[in-house]
Amino acid sequence: MVIVGLCVLLLFVLLGLIFVYMERKVAAFMQLRLGPNRVGPKGILQALADTFKLLLKEGLTPKAADKFLFYVAPFIVIIVSMLALAPIPFAKGLQMYDLNIGVFYVSAVSSISVIGILIVGWSSYNKYSLLGAMRSGAQIVSYELSAGLSVVAIVALSGSMSLGDIVESQRTGWWIFKGHIPAIIAFIIFIIAGTAELNRAPFDMAEAEQELTGGFHTEITGMRFAMFFLSEYINMFVVCAIGATLFLGGWMPFHVGHFESFNKIMDYIPSIVWFFGKTFFLVWVIMWFRWTFPRLRIDQLLTLEWKYLMPISLFNMILTALIVIMKWHF
Amino acid sequence: MKFLIEYISTIFRTLGSLWKGMKLTGYYFFHPKEILTQEYPENRSKLVLGERFRGEVTMTHNENNEHRCTGCSACEIACPNGTIRIISKFDIDPETKKKKKAIDSFVYHLGMCTFCNLCIVSCPTDAIKMSHEFEHSSRDRKSLTKILNKPGSKLMQGVEE
Repeated sequence: MVIVGLCVLLLFVLLGLIFVYMERKVAAFMQLRLGPNRVGPKGILQALADTFKLLLKEGLTPKAADKFLFYVAPFIVIIVSMLALAPIPFAKGLQMYDLNIGVFYVSAVSSISVIGILIVGWSSYNKYSLLGAMRSGAQIVSYELSAGLSVVAIVALSGSMSLGDIVESQRTGWWIFKGHIPAIIAFIIFIIAGTAELNRAPFDMAEAEQELTGGFHTEITGMRFAMFFLSEYINMFVVCAIGATLFLGGWMPFHVGHFESFNKIMDYIPSIVWFFGKTFFLVWVIMWFRWTFPRLRIDQLLTLEWKYLMPISLFNMILTALIVIMKWHF
Repeated sequence: MKFLIEYISTIFRTLGSLWKGMKLTGYYFFHPKEILTQEYPENRSKLVLGERFRGEVTMTHNENNEHRCTGCSACEIACPNGTIRIISKFDIDPETKKKKKAIDSFVYHLGMCTFCNLCIVSCPTDAIKMSHEFEHSSRDRKSLTKILNKPGSKLMQGVEE
């Protein structure tokens, strides 16, 4: 148990460092820049230097803040992202806890993180924080729906909520290929709603710098800020890992019909490489969104959810049910 | 029915326009040759600057140590923040024994210059131009006050005609 916990913490730190570096490099290349290239060869130690800087920063608390809630909020956020990691199958036989309601568990747990954000917004006694937190609340509550409904499509196709079983059901092919058009629609909706739930651009009004200075973490400094930052990146990893598991076959290698030799070669690549490869591909896609699209207004955001994503995903669910009943999927 | 068609076509139009943007950034991501940033201190020896780059004001001299400045002080008037100061003197022409106005020193306060290019535009004889030298940092403010005409230089023949 302790060893597993230590491994998770190590994974946390490692992922945080990798994502910070990756984000900055991807952003730089997409904006025709070079990105960090001074600390270490090709700038790979930049994330470490950033962490060190945050460690040395003063932990400031506003005078009028609700002290207890202010101190407890970063822990809530980081514990939530740690909990959501539990049922994810990282590789063949490498899964911390195979819940029979794994998908449901992840979507339930990950929506707790909004409480941490709301607590920060409330307790730091700052109008920007409060506004940011309220926006974030409205956003996560509404996008939770279409994210959940797009996941339901895959649950219906595979007939199980356990993430282990879902991966197993993709032995003959990934759901995005097997599930026809509904799976593709569900995948697109999942990625959009996932990006919105992560509070990342183009849905980052919760911390819209231009209008809210820092959004909900305006008053958060030093290591507490680092915890928020880390939990945001871990949430990104969780969303992408779930996306990879549900739609892209988790740790299952890529197989093409009856090309036996090709399938054999694909089997030689270890399953953990497949899993992390797919997850990092999705992370890259989400970063691609961030550095391409401008930020949405709050009304545009709610229009997108309630007028487009939500009806489409409901319709998509009916379509999926039809496919499952008629056994049209492979 | 009309509503439904419009609804669906909106979705596809939106996806199309989003894809257009993503195609561009994706293209940039996979083509590092497009990167515009230069690694400055490393490429100092083979630095390529634009033709119109404004480094600092310099006065052009030919090989006989002659410049083209008549001391008309058009640049001094054009300068919005008093960067240029022209101190003139009167030379006596050796042949005609007439007094003739010429510059004693063209004082240029680099520390006050905003590199607006107005002095170069206003110069009627093309005596001054912007150089590509841009490493101006200095520990002594005095070194930023420069005299642009070289010692012993004089006006080029035929500029005033």
